Amino acid sequence: MQAPVNHIIGFANIVRERLLPVKGDTLARLNQKVSSGDIVAEARFAREHVLLDVSRILRAHPKVADKLITCKVDDRLAAGAEIAVGQGLFPRTVVVPRDGIVVAVGGGQVLMEVGEAKIELRAGIPGVVINIIPNRGVAIQTTGALIQGVWGNGRIDAGILVNLAEGADSTLTAARLDVSLRGSVILGGMVKDAETLKAAAELPVRGLILSSIYPSLIPMAREMRFPIMALDGFGPMPMNSVAYKLLSTNIKREVTVNAELYDRYTGARPEVIIPLPISSDAPTLNATETFAPGLQVRMRRPPSMGMIGSIVAVKPGLTSLPSGLRAPAAEVKLENGESVVAPLVNLEVVG
Amino acid sequence: MPSSLVDGNSLLALDVGAANTRAVLFDVVEGEYRFIASGSAPSTVEAPFKDVSEGARNAIENLQAVLGKTLLDGGRNLITPSQSNGTGVDALVVTLSAGPTIRAVIVGLLKDVSLESARRLAESTYARIVETISMSDPRKPEQQIDAILRAKPDLIVIAGGTDGGASRSIHKLLEPIGLASFLTPEEKRPFMLFAGNEKIKDEVKETLEKQAAVLRFSPNVRPSLETEDLDPAQSELAQMVVDIRKRQIQGVDLLNVWSGGHVLPTGYATGRMVRFLAKIYASSKGILSVDIGASAAIISAGFKDKATLNIYPQFGLGENLAGLLNYTTLEDILRWSALDISVGVLRDYLYQKSLYPSAIAATKEDLAMAHAAARQALFLAMQSAKRDFPRTAANIKPNLTPLFEPILAGGGALSDPSHPGQALLLLLDSLQPVGVTTIILDQNNLLPLLGAAASQNNILPVQVLESGAFLSVGTVISPVVDANYGTPILRAKLTYANGSEARADLKFGSLETLPLPSGETGTLEIQALRGADIGFGAGRGSKFPVSGGALGVVFDGRGRPLNLPADGVRRRELIKKWSWTLGGE
Repeated sequence: MQAPVNHIIGFANIVRERLLPVKGDTLARLNQKVSSGDIVAEARFAREHVLLDVSRILRAHPKVADKLITCKVDDRLAAGAEIAVGQGLFPRTVVVPRDGIVVAVGGGQVLMEVGEAKIELRAGIPGVVINIIPNRGVAIQTTGALIQGVWGNGRIDAGILVNLAEGADSTLTAARLDVSLRGSVILGGMVKDAETLKAAAELPVRGLILSSIYPSLIPMAREMRFPIMALDGFGPMPMNSVAYKLLSTNIKREVTVNAELYDRYTGARPEVIIPLPISSDAPTLNATETFAPGLQVRMRRPPSMGMIGSIVAVKPGLTSLPSGLRAPAAEVKLENGESVVAPLVNLEVVG
Repeated sequence: MPSSLVDGNSLLALDVGAANTRAVLFDVVEGEYRFIASGSAPSTVEAPFKDVSEGARNAIENLQAVLGKTLLDGGRNLITPSQSNGTGVDALVVTLSAGPTIRAVIVGLLKDVSLESARRLAESTYARIVETISMSDPRKPEQQIDAILRAKPDLIVIAGGTDGGASRSIHKLLEPIGLASFLTPEEKRPFMLFAGNEKIKDEVKETLEKQAAVLRFSPNVRPSLETEDLDPAQSELAQMVVDIRKRQIQGVDLLNVWSGGHVLPTGYATGRMVRFLAKIYASSKGILSVDIGASAAIISAGFKDKATLNIYPQFGLGENLAGLLNYTTLEDILRWSALDISVGVLRDYLYQKSLYPSAIAATKEDLAMAHAAARQALFLAMQSAKRDFPRTAANIKPNLTPLFEPILAGGGALSDPSHPGQALLLLLDSLQPVGVTTIILDQNNLLPLLGAAASQNNILPVQVLESGAFLSVGTVISPVVDANYGTPILRAKLTYANGSEARADLKFGSLETLPLPSGETGTLEIQALRGADIGFGAGRGSKFPVSGGALGVVFDGRGRPLNLPADGVRRRELIKKWSWTLGGE
């Protein structure tokens, strides 16, 4: 059976696409070296629209109104600009209420985009641009450590990694966050209260890497302007030992926290990238593996949820579980020496 | 055009679900179609696979291993038709429920008329209504345009106007839709279904055709103010949903080619089968099918003059599980649990489980939470679906579940074959049937597959249904009565075919069973006490034949609606007792 892989790996060849949500202009060049803060693409988009019913205002048939309209598609107009004048001794006029761009004209109406906003897409990770995706963005290649998580608040930033988690099962509290941590990426444990998030925002920090977050804090975490990601899940969960070891041995390094929203269909997931000096033999990542003895796995559900272990044997046929259900399963030796039998669908390969 | 399956002997049916993909083989044995075997594999709709055909191939390979027969060739393509050397199958049908929830905008003229029909139509597929536009909408057209753009719909369902009725008002509603679609990048433009005034088809085409990814028309869902006819529009919508899935999900195209175009949304195929059953087993009672799985809760009901189909992705037990809390509370979920679990633990469970929809309960506590969530999700789905049942549906009390015979139940949450009693208790709690009804478990989830095959081969579903491929759990007697806990409400005498007898005294608040094995029949004589009503009138008993099942005859004396004790300790004791009565631990 094929197994999903959660990448927690010390050194790998990492390629990531950075794409605009709407069509725009790609600014980076092929083979350009970029740092995480560099803007690689930008786009403008309208937040709102205005529909001017010229026909109704001028009390004219739409076909007549069309002939009276003086603007055309792509015209950039300032507020107050006249776009149609009626007929008669005292003709009515139609003026544009806000600055904007004409996007459609017809049927006696004019549709405009107004409230233009600009999106700047940053590289997110330092590396080399290896592909230009026209009007959308770039693909960037880098080498380094990769730690994937399960939940993110949609933000991205980079900074120096500071460890405030004494162990994999620590809790990050507001009292631990002082002004010396401003601009840092914090390796915390679990976050249980809103005060901790508020304190992190007040500094502000450049990122929070957590083992878990309480579900009640999710709405607030989504509002935060810095990236927050959970590596293991929700509620009181310690950080998995592989991620904790890897992160806690990379303290004081520059790390990128891309707390991307988890999308099971595209495969987008939150991750930490720690760039390391380029090496030609960095391994390429496999998206899937096949369950087999020796593979390092993480338990997705109880018992021992979140723990790391290695597969001792994949059991033939169906195995009865303590819940009474029967499913294909494997015997897993956990890092604490305990052996458990877990259904294969509750395991994911770590590496 | 899809090829006909009527001449085919063997039929492979694939069900691509959010969590699992199943391959099921039907073939002719001794002159009749039979369910032969099934194989399953985890679905591969999600990353890193992102191609449903991979999971389909894996499921077929597992089926091959069970059958000892080759169905895929060296290139892992389906061998069809079957070959002289015994490999392959004659035909394939596919049902599909995997994929992200479809974002739908509904449009109608009048809030309580065409908009309500558009809502019912959208709810007959795997859609979530993200925006609503009607004549009573106070927003300016540009605000409606922005609202549609923000909603990013995959689908726009438009109803409105009786045939030959309003046209200008509809045209006014269509303008912002056309403009919003025009402003959307071409590859993301919504599919549109117009199910309104048929006389303005040309105008609608002119306004919307160039702006929509696909524009389709169906007969008017409201040909007159008093009449609603959703069936033809549902059929059209089912095809559109498959087209949306082709755009969203890799591999659907290949399955469509393999099956010669016989791909249907799972819920629609279930609804088709229920309509079919309602026709052939027509009685004064309705027929009910429920399905609770990772992708959605599906309630499909067939009555004498109407069929309803409601698909609720928001009550699915997979990726949307954490979203269940938008419709209910943690306390209301936990009221169903036999174990003492805190609200915090349940909240964490719902969020964590939604990360891994295919994960299963390995511990008793996990299973208790999974069953509690499934009960509440199905309960909410049933309460929502009841709004659309016809007022003429036979009932004991209008606010209770109508009378159904039988109730068919399937889906991932009910497919554990070793504990039919647990599945039955889950159904009794969430559906709260009344009167006399037979509960049938579709443990192999065959119903939608039979529905998919039905239009091509109408013999197969009938023969498979009658072949014992479904598990009859038993006949359930659920009296409606007001009484105090422990008060006798019903006496029953079951006379077996061999003349022997068994008796049960049912007290309010309890469950009782009388054994009657599957395949056997008996005569049940009921004496109703305290004005109990089992569908023959208050306080009126009756004598009628009953069929056996895994649990025989089950008496549910817990009252309708079911009111659980507020005291947690007492409640959990009772749940354990009820579970034990039905064969649980």
